[in-house]
Amino acid sequence: MKGTIAIALLVALTAGPALAAGDARRGKALYQVYCTQCHGLEGNGKGVNAATMAVQPRDHTDRGEMSARTDEELFLAIQQGGKAVNKSVLMPAWGGNLSNEDIDALVAYLRELCCR
Amino acid sequence: MVRGHLVCAALAIALLAAPDAGADGAALVAERCASCHAIEPPAAPQDPVARAERKGPPLHYAGNKFQRDWLVAWLQAPTRIRPAGVHPPTHVKATPQGDVIDPATLPEHPKLSADEARAVADHLMALRPFDERIAAQSYQPQPIALRMGQMNFGKFKGCDACHRDAPDRGGVSGPELYTAGKRLQPAFIASFIADPVAWDPITVMPKADLSDAEVAKLANYLMAIAKEQP
Repeated sequence: MKGTIAIALLVALTAGPALAAGDARRGKALYQVYCTQCHGLEGNGKGVNAATMAVQPRDHTDRGEMSARTDEELFLAIQQGGKAVNKSVLMPAWGGNLSNEDIDALVAYLRELCCR
Repeated sequence: MVRGHLVCAALAIALLAAPDAGADGAALVAERCASCHAIEPPAAPQDPVARAERKGPPLHYAGNKFQRDWLVAWLQAPTRIRPAGVHPPTHVKATPQGDVIDPATLPEHPKLSADEARAVADHLMALRPFDERIAAQSYQPQPIALRMGQMNFGKFKGCDACHRDAPDRGGVSGPELYTAGKRLQPAFIASFIADPVAWDPITVMPKADLSDAEVAKLANYLMAIAKEQP
């Protein structure tokens, strides 16, 4: 019985959104500073800039859309911008502003936003 | 005799008071500006998350950034340059229709007297830690066709996601840019576009990988639209 619980715990800890290895708590703080202007305080794509944008920012709470992206794709979109993943130039490249570790943290938080 | 004393006393008072006419810029900056603006370079590397605590743009390189005449005028009659404040998430609220600016949370910038404004501007204009970076900047403003410039600013480079290039056009999270050419030194504009992180390590202006020609094109557009403003 104890063994089963231990295995269940292990599975719970390693499965699902835990794929993104970054620090999701730090990711949340970074998201507030760098992302909410367009993606919204709630991550729903309705940021304060969205009303005037020609292409609407991704709704990060959209489980279907977000599950279709790998962590690597999300990392690339943040680091090198929308253009690098065949999306809008309105999504800038943040690789010159944020460390890879911080981008990992953002990816981890995106997984929380969409899929928890 | 009494009259003579009075004249002397009046003269002495006038002489003592004279330095006051030129207000003490350093003291004013320390007293009136430093609670919201960084007037010293950061002592240690800054954490991007700390950007959330910023209340005003850093001023420790103000002399490499601003045009003195604009500073003197603006400090006496400040207008809002950042429609959603210095840290937009603090001044924005979520609504079912989307996030909107909450004007009640936006502070008014203090107004200075003409004397104070001149003294503060003089002090700020002497803060020039990045003279070498400015000297290395080769940008020279050139005329540009407004329509081409606008298309580049918007469609091609996406600056309009965050910045307004006219009072009724563009995003609101970044500073408006239709008066940038009046506020800022042309070399600063080019240098900041090329590498905003070198100026302000925790800026939310993305460091894009632009060629000198691309930087010049954007800077030319900002210089051109500023001329369109009253």
